[in-house]
Amino acid sequence: MSNLMITTYLVVGATFALYLYIALKSRAKNTGEFYVAGKGIHPVLNGMATGADWMSAASFISMAGMLAMGGYDASAYLMGWTGGYCLLAMLLAPYLRKYGKFTVPEFIGDRFYSQTARLVAIICLIVASLTYVIGQMKGIGVAFSRFLELPFEVGLVVGMAIVFVYAVLGGMKGVTYTQIAQYVVLIFAYTVPAVFISIQLTGHPLPQIGLGGTLSGSEGVYLLDKLDKVVVELGFTAYTSQKGSTLDIFLLTMSLMIGTAGLPHVITRFFTVPKVKDARSSAGWALVFIAILYTTAPAVGAMARLNLMNTVQTGEIGAPEGNLVAEDRPQWMHNWEKTGLLGFEDKNGDGRIQYYSDNGLSAAEAALAKALKEGGDVTAAQAKADEAAAKHAESKFAGFGWKGNEMTKVDNDIMVLANPEIARLPNWVIALVAAGGIAAALSTAAGLLLAISSSISHDLLKSMLAKNIDDKTELLYGRIAMGGAILLAGYLGLNPPGFAAQVVALAFGLAASSIFPAIMMGIFVKRMNSAGAICGMLAGLGSTLLYIFWFKGFMFLFRGSGRPDKLCRRLRGFKLHQGAARAHSASGRRHSGSDGCGRCPGSLIPARDSSCHRQ
Amino acid sequence: MNNAQKYWQANIRLVIGCLLVWFFVSFGCGILFVDQLNAFRLGGYQLGFWFAQQGSIYVFVALIFFYAWRMNQLDKKFNVEEA
Repeated sequence: MSNLMITTYLVVGATFALYLYIALKSRAKNTGEFYVAGKGIHPVLNGMATGADWMSAASFISMAGMLAMGGYDASAYLMGWTGGYCLLAMLLAPYLRKYGKFTVPEFIGDRFYSQTARLVAIICLIVASLTYVIGQMKGIGVAFSRFLELPFEVGLVVGMAIVFVYAVLGGMKGVTYTQIAQYVVLIFAYTVPAVFISIQLTGHPLPQIGLGGTLSGSEGVYLLDKLDKVVVELGFTAYTSQKGSTLDIFLLTMSLMIGTAGLPHVITRFFTVPKVKDARSSAGWALVFIAILYTTAPAVGAMARLNLMNTVQTGEIGAPEGNLVAEDRPQWMHNWEKTGLLGFEDKNGDGRIQYYSDNGLSAAEAALAKALKEGGDVTAAQAKADEAAAKHAESKFAGFGWKGNEMTKVDNDIMVLANPEIARLPNWVIALVAAGGIAAALSTAAGLLLAISSSISHDLLKSMLAKNIDDKTELLYGRIAMGGAILLAGYLGLNPPGFAAQVVALAFGLAASSIFPAIMMGIFVKRMNSAGAICGMLAGLGSTLLYIFWFKGFMFLFRGSGRPDKLCRRLRGFKLHQGAARAHSASGRRHSGSDGCGRCPGSLIPARDSSCHRQ
Repeated sequence: MNNAQKYWQANIRLVIGCLLVWFFVSFGCGILFVDQLNAFRLGGYQLGFWFAQQGSIYVFVALIFFYAWRMNQLDKKFNVEEA
């Protein structure tokens, strides 16, 4: 076992011991503590817990990578996932807290005097939360397998066991205090490498300032200008300029904002503070703690991109010795090639690596190879490849003797995961990143599981099926529901349903189209009644489903149930060698051909396609 | 108009004002007018890009605290504070 492995085990083990210690210290004694932590959480601490609750594996691992590759266009995620808190703070949180109840369906049921409305809300909540939690479970497994080289399944089961202890024992109380600890771990893990890299590149310790600063040793060249120049010279679009249409970015931002404000596990957090005015300020504190990561991420993304470009393009573009010699590539590239997240192929046989935008040539060639291998429309693929090759032949890159982009795969996740290695930071920083990624996934999973279990035990059992149970029995049911939810989520994490990719999209879509409007109209529109609420939620549910069916095909349900065996085999087949990382990208590929939503079957990475978002 | 109605009206007015700012910095400065703003600079940042990746987030934070502070004032003014 290498030094790095030992350090990683120590750091991750220490954080786990901390979570378990907190669990033992904060056991829930009654349903009030189990559902809303006795409404006694200080607003600043609640803000911190909300930050951990909200920031999942996707925020921690994938977002900086999305920024690095997407540049300006990925701003939609930054604004969308933070701007939603303004809606939450001003339109929902204080009013819901004033109402003084435990769960979101309870508010909807009471406000509209309708058990049916409550039931519809329960369904929306469970579908949204369950689809979301599968991704977190996979995130835990992936983090374990990458950093601790344990099989995916082992990682997932260990993660489940930890959540089981503190969520079943402590309910909201245990989850809240653990989330506070997890926030500290994850923010430390995120900012430390960012600060180091910012100092290396610009001399500024604050990444937010460093991103707008000048490169050290460059006589006043701004980092972003340099980055724009480098990527444009290599054929990419400028980092800071817009690629997609304005309408796309506008609507994507809007749907992410409204979805954020409507996600039940976040809303529930504002039930836990003592007073209405605490709910208001707590949303502000939550956003402060989230903003620390979200304003650092653009710096991490841009700096990682610049580092990557500079690593490969060591000298003048077009000069024979201007590119990295493949034999001499740094150790981190070797390491990440093993995981399948990074790929390199010497297409022109010059023994050096070229990383540039070949205008779709590689993609067309890959599509052709796939069509030849797996069957498909070979003629069309051939025509496209010929067209791309002709286009490429006219470009300046062909004149350099380049034959296509040779970095065949650069996974978004690399940007955060390999960042400390790229910047040659010490082992403990790398270990910290592992602990941070696991903390991000665990805290979000626990929040979601709590939302699911409280809606089952409180809304379904206590208010509909077994009305006469006393507090103690309800608490027991709450714990059983929590245990059941964890087992179900773990099962789904191990055997992700074939349609998971499309269903994840539902989490944000549902929250934005059913839960958010029902609560907001319930608060602000006096004439809103149960018929309107039920119809509205069903219309939101229906139109979101219809969208998925319409654009992703009716068949995804059947395709899903027809194929899981294959997927399971793949998962098992890979488990001995860096299992999950590959299985996760393998399942990504499985979907990419058919639905254009290639990056998100419960994986860590939300795809660019606007229907596939997930935090 | 009774006290509760006045309180509610003041509340709505505050929320609408805040949401206008919210819309302006994110959808306005960050998306719709990003090209125009990019003509200006803030250090190494083009201004529109800065709003999209940094500025809007800072404004969101300030906005929520401003809203919370004003609401607490309104609570006091209309005597609807919690004990």
